[in-house]
Amino acid sequence: MAKGHSFLSHKLHSLLGLFPIGLFLLFHLTANYQATHGAEAFNQTVGLIEKVPLLLIVEFVFIYIPILFHAIYGLYIAFQAKQNVGNFSYFRNQMFLWQRLTGVITLIFIVWHVWSTRIPKAMGVTVNFDMMADILSSPAMIVFYTIGIISTVFHFSNGIWSFLVHWGITVGPRSQRIATYFTMVVFVVVTFIGLRAMSAFIL
Amino acid sequence: MAEKLIHLIITRQDSPDSTPYKEEFRIPYRPGMNVISALMEIQRNPVNAQGQKTAPVNWESNCLEEVCGACSMVINGRPRQACSALVDKLEQPIRLEPMSTFPVQRDLSIDRSRMFDALKRVKAWVPIDGTHDLGPGPRMPEVERQWAYELSKCMTCGVCLEACPNVNSKAEFIGPFAISQVRLFNQHPTGMMNKHERLEALMEDGGIGDCGNSQNCVQACPKGIPLTTSIAHMNKETVKHAVKKFFFS
Ligand code: HEM
Ligand code: SF4
Ligand code: FES
Repeated sequence: MAKGHSFLSHKLHSLLGLFPIGLFLLFHLTANYQATHGAEAFNQTVGLIEKVPLLLIVEFVFIYIPILFHAIYGLYIAFQAKQNVGNFSYFRNQMFLWQRLTGVITLIFIVWHVWSTRIPKAMGVTVNFDMMADILSSPAMIVFYTIGIISTVFHFSNGIWSFLVHWGITVGPRSQRIATYFTMVVFVVVTFIGLRAMSAFIL
Repeated sequence: MAEKLIHLIITRQDSPDSTPYKEEFRIPYRPGMNVISALMEIQRNPVNAQGQKTAPVNWESNCLEEVCGACSMVINGRPRQACSALVDKLEQPIRLEPMSTFPVQRDLSIDRSRMFDALKRVKAWVPIDGTHDLGPGPRMPEVERQWAYELSKCMTCGVCLEACPNVNSKAEFIGPFAISQVRLFNQHPTGMMNKHERLEALMEDGGIGDCGNSQNCVQACPKGIPLTTSIAHMNKETVKHAVKKFFFS
């Protein structure tokens, strides 16, 4: 068997999932949450972000390149597994399946989301409250965004659980169980923030 | 009173490359039967449910007390040992299939060589370091001996590989048991001296990186080996080893 770099690639994939991608997700949803204080507050937040020096480089280094690597390697991992929840319906095996399903759903969502917000921005369109309100004026888009947000947050929360095991932080069954409860709370809280933020754009 | 019969549906395969097919059997029930004694009954009288004479079903077994691991097969959808699978406790019809994660040799017998290759790869042994008497080795603390003994119960039965979604023909993952064996031998006071070699082996392709935490292995292991604890522990050890190697060598 080959020596190879798969250990390193797996560790990098795992690390990137949390830092910076997971942190970015938290930041992104909290920023959106400002919309609950009105269009003005949201536009101000967007304005603040745009003042970040070397924003384009920051975006590439901390967001696009890590997500691209995580997504491509994640697809490779996801399709390598031979799912067997039919015969092994244990909770963790279900989570194993959902981690991979939500990875794929999240990828579709992110591609669409970037296509309809960040790409137009690069073409000169201004990103503001009205842009999102316009996108979310269609009921189909509301459903799509709801699924996308829940899927991403699930993937992120259960990803934290998996991260803790992959780095040997939660070793025994008790710490892993406590981590399950913790990540469930993360899922509920972050999903609330995400969906509440979305609802602020629905007029 | 009509004779009580056991209904079996067996997935058969005549040679390593031929297509599998199903054959049904109805054999007389005896109290206390297990799957092996049912297979022996078919061997004695190889007639299928249609009353046709057929080739006796091939399987492997040795110890008949769940310590050798040879008789693993998929019984009613679950990989387990045929010798400890009591007919009275099984739902009928009893479906027997080979553990197809491994190459099937014939009927229910499979080739578990990949497991022994994995053990060689991770050097799951304590090397002898001289032909002369080196005196007694260092002692092991009793608390550690207790859990190490649990890990040493592994019988290379293959159930944890069959249960693992990441062990399949598309992947080269060595499987949960080998990672647990590294934990066992790295804890042994003499085995510890070659600790880094086993850690290096775990960090190669198909090693510990391929575990995706489905945790089926720990549920399926007939010996109750804490496989997921071993894996998480070795995750920590391999990360520590990688960091040390990067900064200090
Ligand atoms: C864009 C498409 C994505 C795909 C296809 C994908 C796929 C995957 C897969 C298959 C795993 C499991 C790895 C394993 O357990 O071995 C995983 C883990 C993870 N993902 Fe993603 N992912 C994607 C996006 C994201 C996003 C947007 C985030 C952040 C919110 C994220 C965060 C994580 C985290 C934290 C882990 C856990 C790492 C670990 O297991 O140690 N992923 N991802
Ligand atoms: S760890 Fe358990 S399931 Fe896996 S080979 Fe050893 S005894 Fe069998
Ligand atoms: S015959 Fe040895 S485990 Fe069943």
